Amino acid sequence: MKHVIKAILLIGAMASGMTAFATLPARALVEIDVNKGNVEPLPIAITDFLSGDAMGAEIAGIVAADLQRSGLFSPIDKGAFIEKISNPDVAPRFDDWKVINAQALVTGRVSQEADGRLKAEFRLWDTFAGQQLAGEQFFANKTNSRRIAHIIADAIYERLTGEKGYFDTRVVFIDESGAKTARKKRLAIMDQDGANVRYLSDGRSMAMTPRFSPTRQEITYMSYESGQPQVYLLQIETGQRELVGNFPGMTFAPRFSPDGQKVIMSLLRDDGNSNVFSMDLRSRTTTRLTNSSAIDTSPSYSPDGSKVVFTSDRGGQPQIYVMGADGSGQTRVSFGGGSYSTPVWSPRGDLIAFTKQSGGQFQIGVMKTDGSGERILSTGFQQEGPTWAPNGRVVMFFRDQPGGGGPKLYSVDLTGRNEQAIPTSGFASDPAWSPLLD
Amino acid sequence: MRRIAKFATNPVVVALIASLAIAGCASKKTPNNAADLGLGGSAGAATPGSSQDFTVNVGDRIFFDTDSSSVRADAQGILSRQAQWLNQYRQYAIVVEGHADERGTREYNLALGARRAAATRDYLISQGVASNRLKTISYGKERPVAVCDDISCWSQNRRAVTTLSGAGS
Repeated sequence: MKHVIKAILLIGAMASGMTAFATLPARALVEIDVNKGNVEPLPIAITDFLSGDAMGAEIAGIVAADLQRSGLFSPIDKGAFIEKISNPDVAPRFDDWKVINAQALVTGRVSQEADGRLKAEFRLWDTFAGQQLAGEQFFANKTNSRRIAHIIADAIYERLTGEKGYFDTRVVFIDESGAKTARKKRLAIMDQDGANVRYLSDGRSMAMTPRFSPTRQEITYMSYESGQPQVYLLQIETGQRELVGNFPGMTFAPRFSPDGQKVIMSLLRDDGNSNVFSMDLRSRTTTRLTNSSAIDTSPSYSPDGSKVVFTSDRGGQPQIYVMGADGSGQTRVSFGGGSYSTPVWSPRGDLIAFTKQSGGQFQIGVMKTDGSGERILSTGFQQEGPTWAPNGRVVMFFRDQPGGGGPKLYSVDLTGRNEQAIPTSGFASDPAWSPLLD
Repeated sequence: MRRIAKFATNPVVVALIASLAIAGCASKKTPNNAADLGLGGSAGAATPGSSQDFTVNVGDRIFFDTDSSSVRADAQGILSRQAQWLNQYRQYAIVVEGHADERGTREYNLALGARRAAATRDYLISQGVASNRLKTISYGKERPVAVCDDISCWSQNRRAVTTLSGAGS
C-alpha cells in the first residue's frame, strides 16, 4: 500500500523479547490452528484506540468486525471490560482481562501528525502469558482510516494464526438493479467488508464477470457495450478502458494469468461452440488452448501459471477439466455426480473451488486439483461463482434465494461452518477478490 | 407477465393475452404470442410484412430442452414459417438472440445461449435464409422473460428469439 507506512512498535524492557517474537516462528501461547476441523473462536478484547475524536472507537470497531467475520475470533463485548486503557504504552492489568476470559487483548492509539497524516499504533497482548505479542505503528492519509484498521486486523490475524490475513483487500462485483427481465448490471468495487463502494461503469450496457489483475490496479471483464459481448481491460484508478483482442465473435469468461501478462478467456466459434484462448497483453499474440466441438469456458490458471482448470461439456454435461497452460493433457477431474462449473484455482495452489449442480441444488465446494477430496461448503437454491481470498482460506460467492428478487454476496471459510453475508446496498453478483493491497 | 405458462391453461387468460398481442401492446420482447399459444390463425390485425406480423402470426421464438441446443420438432415448424416469411420480406436484417434459463452458471449459460442462437441461425439458413442477413447474440441467463422460481418460467426462458432490424415495421 503506497499510503501507509509501517513500523514495528516496541516498548522498553520488552524490546529484546519482541525481536525474538518477530524473527522466530515462536509458538505463541495464544494461537489458533486454522487447520483444525472445529475451531473454537478465540475470545479477544479489542479496546477503543485512544484518540481525541470518534476515530479511535471506529478503528477498534472495524478491527473487531474483521476478526469476527473470519470466524476464528470472538470479540468480547466492550461492556464487560474492567480496565479502562488510558495509556497504551504500558502493560495492561492482565488479571482484569483474564477474568473476563480475554485470551488476547488489543490496545492502541490514533493521532494526527503535524503534517496532517494519521498515526495509528496498536499492541497485541497475550493476557494469560502476560506478554506483548505484536506492536506496530502505521502512518497514512486521513482518508485511509478504514484501511489502517484492516491492516491492523491483518497483523493480529497473522500473529495469532500464522496465516496471512485478507482484510486489507477489495472486491470487484456486479451491482444489479431494476426488474429481473431488464436488469441493469454495472461494475462496482468495494472493500472486502462492503464499505467504500464505487461504481466503475454507468450501467448503460451490461457488464459481467470482473476479475482482478494479480499485479496491477486493473480488472478484466465482459461487457455488451459494443453491442456484442466482449472482453475488456479497465484501469481502476484512471477509468481507461481497452478491448482485449479483435475477435470476430463473442469473447467472455476472462481471467488474468498469475503474472498479470496474459488474459485467458473463451472465444465463440462460428459453429456455436466455445474454446479457450490466451492472449499476451504485450505482444498481443493469441494462443488457442482447446479445440473441441463443445463449450470450453471459465478458464483459471494455477498460481504457478503451469496449468489451467476449465469447464467443458464435451462429455455431455459441464464438468471440470485440467490441462497444461499450453493446452496439453486435457483431463477431466470432476466425477462427483451432477454437473460442475466455474472452477477457480486457489491462490495456494492446493484446491479448486467450484459450483456444483446436483439434485436441483447449487453447491459451492472445493476439491484437490486431481478432483479428489471434494468438500461442499455451502448448498442453496441458486448460488455460484466462488472467488478466493488471497490467503486461500475463504471463498466469496453469490446466491439467489427463492423469491428473494436478486443475488447477494456471501463468504464461507474452508470449514464450511462460518458463512457470512457481505452487506451491499443493492443486489450483487460476480464477486472477485483482489490480491492483498500493497 | 409472471407465470404465463400457468395462466395459459386458463382459456380466459389465453384470450386476454391474445387480444393484448393483437392490440399491439405486445413488444418484441413479449414472452408469448398468439402463435406460441396455438392461436396462429386467429390474429390477423397486423400489417403483413410488419415486425408485428412476424411476431404475432409467425412466432418469433422457439424453446429448448434443459441444457440442450437441439432444435426441437415443435420448433422446426416455427422456424420453417419464419424462414418462409423472411424470404418473402427480404428488407430485414435478422439478429437471433440466444437465451438460457437461470439453472446454470453465468459463463456456461452465455456459451449455451450462443449455441442455441447458432443452431437457430443454421436452421434458418437451411431453410433458405441468406446467411449474410443473419447475426447472433447470446444473452445467457441475463434476460429472462418469465420470472419465477420454477420450471414454468425456466422453460420459457430457454429460447431463441428471431428479431428484425434494418427496416421500418
